[in-house]
Amino acid sequence: MASVTGDDILLSATGLTKTFGDFRAVDGIDFAVRKGEAFGFLGPNGAGKSSTMRMVGCVSPVSGGELRLFGLDPATDGPAIRARLGVVPQRDTLDEELTVEENLWIYGRYFGLSRREVRSRAAELLDFAQLTDRAGDRVEPLSGGMKRRLTIARSLINSPEILLLDEPTTGLDPQARHVLWDRLFRLKRSGVTLVLTTHYMDEAEQLCDRLVVMDHGKIVAEGSPRQLIEEYSTREVLELRFDAEDHKDFAEQVTGIGKRVEVLPDRLLVYTDDGDEAAAVVHSRGIAPLSSLVRRATLEDVFLHLTGRTLVD
Amino acid sequence: MSATAATPSAASRLARLVPMPAGAGLARMLVERNVTSFRHGWIALVTGFAEPVFYLFSIGVGIGALVQTVRTDSGAEVGYLQFVAPALLAASAMNGAVMDSTFNVFFKLRYAKLYDSVLATPMGPRDIAVGEISWSLIRGGMYSALFLLVAAFAGAVQSWWALLALPAAVFIGFAFAAVGMFATTFMRSWVDFDYITLAIQPMFLFSATFFPLSTYPAALQWVVQLTPLYHGVALERGLMLGEVDAGIFWHVLYLVVLGALGVLGTARRLEKLLLS
Repeated sequence: MASVTGDDILLSATGLTKTFGDFRAVDGIDFAVRKGEAFGFLGPNGAGKSSTMRMVGCVSPVSGGELRLFGLDPATDGPAIRARLGVVPQRDTLDEELTVEENLWIYGRYFGLSRREVRSRAAELLDFAQLTDRAGDRVEPLSGGMKRRLTIARSLINSPEILLLDEPTTGLDPQARHVLWDRLFRLKRSGVTLVLTTHYMDEAEQLCDRLVVMDHGKIVAEGSPRQLIEEYSTREVLELRFDAEDHKDFAEQVTGIGKRVEVLPDRLLVYTDDGDEAAAVVHSRGIAPLSSLVRRATLEDVFLHLTGRTLVD
Repeated sequence: MSATAATPSAASRLARLVPMPAGAGLARMLVERNVTSFRHGWIALVTGFAEPVFYLFSIGVGIGALVQTVRTDSGAEVGYLQFVAPALLAASAMNGAVMDSTFNVFFKLRYAKLYDSVLATPMGPRDIAVGEISWSLIRGGMYSALFLLVAAFAGAVQSWWALLALPAAVFIGFAFAAVGMFATTFMRSWVDFDYITLAIQPMFLFSATFFPLSTYPAALQWVVQLTPLYHGVALERGLMLGEVDAGIFWHVLYLVVLGALGVLGTARRLEKLLLS
């Protein structure tokens, strides 16, 4: 694993572990995040991403190993660390008894900011979240995308140095996701360090400079999305679908084509550097799939290769 | 790394000795949040105020017309309205505190997930416990003040000591809000709220509220004297009838100790529930 060192490290973990009884949710992971970086935890549900995020957010005590944020220990300096973090939880926890702008004001007050400060900051953030015209409305009738943007605006009220996002776009429609990604890009460009979890490979590819792939509480790979694809996959993938209950039966027929074949319940994935050429070979062998599709390899392929499972069931 | 684990810093060792979970001294921000929310739903103030006033007129004035006078435990002969008004003040302080610290807190804890977002800020479990209970006291204090005014107009107040009935009501609210919130942290669903009713209703009826302690069988008197509402009622009655003696101090002490234990227990439970 590439070691990350230097003075600009804001967040680091060594042998970080979280146990609940006998269950090891996070099983001795190492990682470090530099200032200004967008760092991701990619993995399926139950991989230990959220447990890791809760420890980093200083709301869940570390069971073992070492965790440092801004050089401080969450066990002793939790409030001081949290004052410098922004947190976007997996599920929106907006205050539905308050209006949109009151949500920002009151949340800012939880950080001990003055009324004057939170009002001017809230006005900027409403603009950033494209919610200025809804400022006086109740939260409840807002759309899912609007609520998410308000949650992100709320997390920025204390001008955090690190923004923690736990599955930021889960449950949003494609258009709302793109709006959100655009907002997160802007934040990153303004120098905010992003730490996020996701089980969407397109999100990881869109947002992350560097990521770790987690499975069963462990880190199984680390790198930039491009590095990971280069290292654990081929450039292209040929997807073949057959008229069959079990695609295993067809795996033998394509043996030797491409570098590797993965069998999924509903299709075969042929890993190759030239998808069109592989498709031609399939055709020349007289194999007739219902459909064949050539695409670029993604992080989904990396995950499949590393764990033998798909990310989203 | 293992070295830091083996020799914890002085600060973390101290934190382990003190049983009170951490706070950032920001409890007032949660009060501010509740005030802001309350502005949208001020109708709740009307209902919270109306209930004890209805009791005052139906029981105090209505039943009072039949009962005429009562001999208090200190031996004085007083009108039934004057006898029952302090008890209703104590009971309303209890009810207000319990409603707020159980139903409202349960909703915020389990459904609105309010405290999850609060704990992501520098605020800690202690701030939440202190903030919510303080808010209960402020709200309960408003009800009590209004009730006292109505009671004074109805002729139920006889002594200048009654001015202290308001702070006394705040002590009652403190004890019940703190214990109520502590109990709420154990609730699994709305069904569990029947236990609250089960505890509150007999206390409301049998804490020497509507008839003096001397009318209870001797064997039951000590049971009555163990309940927190008995101490609240005795405290208010002493003040509003002007029968002030050293016993007042013990009533206050009982309520304060109960409240302090409730705050501590609440903060520890919140830490266990939300910071795992």
